[in-house]
Amino acid sequence: MAVIDLANPTRFLKLANRLLPWLAIATVLMFAYGLNGALHAPDDYQQGATVKIMFLHVPSAWLGMFGWMLMSVAALGTLVWRHPLADVAGKAAAPIGAAFTFLCLVTGSLWGRPMWGTYWVWDARLTSVLVLFLLYLGVLALYWTAEEPGRGARAAAILTLVGAVNIPIIKFSVDWWNTLHQPASVFRMGGSSIDPSILHPLFAMAIAFTLLFVTLHLAAMRNEILRRRVRAMRLIQAQGLASA
Amino acid sequence: MKSFAALLMRDVRLAVRVGGGALMGAVFFLIVVVMTPFAVGPNLKLLALIGPAILWLGGELATLLALDRLFAADQEDGSLDLIRTGEIPLELAVLAKAVAHWLTTCLPLVVISPVLGLMLNVEPRALGWVALTLLAGTPALTFIGLVGAALAVALRRGGLLLAILVLPLTIPVLIFGVAAANAAIAGPAPFGPPFTILCALSLASVVLGPVAAAAALRYAME
Repeated sequence: MAVIDLANPTRFLKLANRLLPWLAIATVLMFAYGLNGALHAPDDYQQGATVKIMFLHVPSAWLGMFGWMLMSVAALGTLVWRHPLADVAGKAAAPIGAAFTFLCLVTGSLWGRPMWGTYWVWDARLTSVLVLFLLYLGVLALYWTAEEPGRGARAAAILTLVGAVNIPIIKFSVDWWNTLHQPASVFRMGGSSIDPSILHPLFAMAIAFTLLFVTLHLAAMRNEILRRRVRAMRLIQAQGLASA
Repeated sequence: MKSFAALLMRDVRLAVRVGGGALMGAVFFLIVVVMTPFAVGPNLKLLALIGPAILWLGGELATLLALDRLFAADQEDGSLDLIRTGEIPLELAVLAKAVAHWLTTCLPLVVISPVLGLMLNVEPRALGWVALTLLAGTPALTFIGLVGAALAVALRRGGLLLAILVLPLTIPVLIFGVAAANAAIAGPAPFGPPFTILCALSLASVVLGPVAAAAALRYAME
């Protein structure tokens, strides 16, 4: 089935309804496997049990960034190909991406307290993730203020693409800014390569998180299509009342 | 070229005459700088330390102040439709309006910034350099804000939304602007690298900003 066939919302809904239970089951199974692996992973010799936060932290960071990439592709779909479902996909991805980015910030903060002795430092990595979260909030604010779904979608698509151009610049500028203030050696990540006993469950958790993202995204797209249908029906109903 | 100049002059005239906002930004900038010592205390050493940051933050907020009227006023009285159907492409028209905005809002900020820097105990020999960083960096603020202004028109909501959309995108400009200003004042880092990156950010946004803003305006008027 080509992407163009999915332009028909009814056909998309049929496919989504067929896929969703399987995706949900796969997500649960993968989480069971990944969490089991994470619980049995050996403690770090320095960090102790707190290293297990990583199994939540790292996948949510990846998916926070993946969310914006997905939105950028959807934005291209909206502006270039005018695919009817692209703006639904973009709109559905924004809150999920924001939630994963927020999860990344919270787990990182909780991890930072025992490890670095503080909940928050203006470290380059933390700051650029925080800015990503702010950009998500901007897109969400745009969707909240749009009265018509179509109009809001195109505005949000332009903002998403502008953000996609800007995110590497922000990342690079924040890295540069940080080195001015404090040496990068303090919070250097991945000095030594990660041991397979930890790496294996980490990948399992990353797959589980990705499945969760896909499931939530598909369900959110379905809800958005239904919400728009309800809106259209209400408008028709209101017109009928007005003319009667 | 003639219509470009005409549009530019029209916007400049509208801004400097009664009801325009040409000097509002500069006055706002002055007030922000004056309020800082009340907030952090009149400690001259501390003020010298945070002076460039205050100048940059104040400049950034003052730039935002007049942006939400950039297209909204034209949309209300219908001249935006005339501009769109005029002989120059919408991208160029948007560029003209942005240049006019920069001349009337940002240039006054740059001009008064040495005086305000003096009040914040910035070293006198560095005042010119700090003003130069603002001169090089404010075009980026205007042209990134331009996209936000066009999006706000598309949604018929101005002010607050504009600030939320635009401010996170201007973080790199702020970082390199303050870095260059600090380098000019105290060193030891060289002034050149952050300043050239600041110029690069401005040039890139001058090219990309009008394209994105024109796209947003086209959707707004569909």
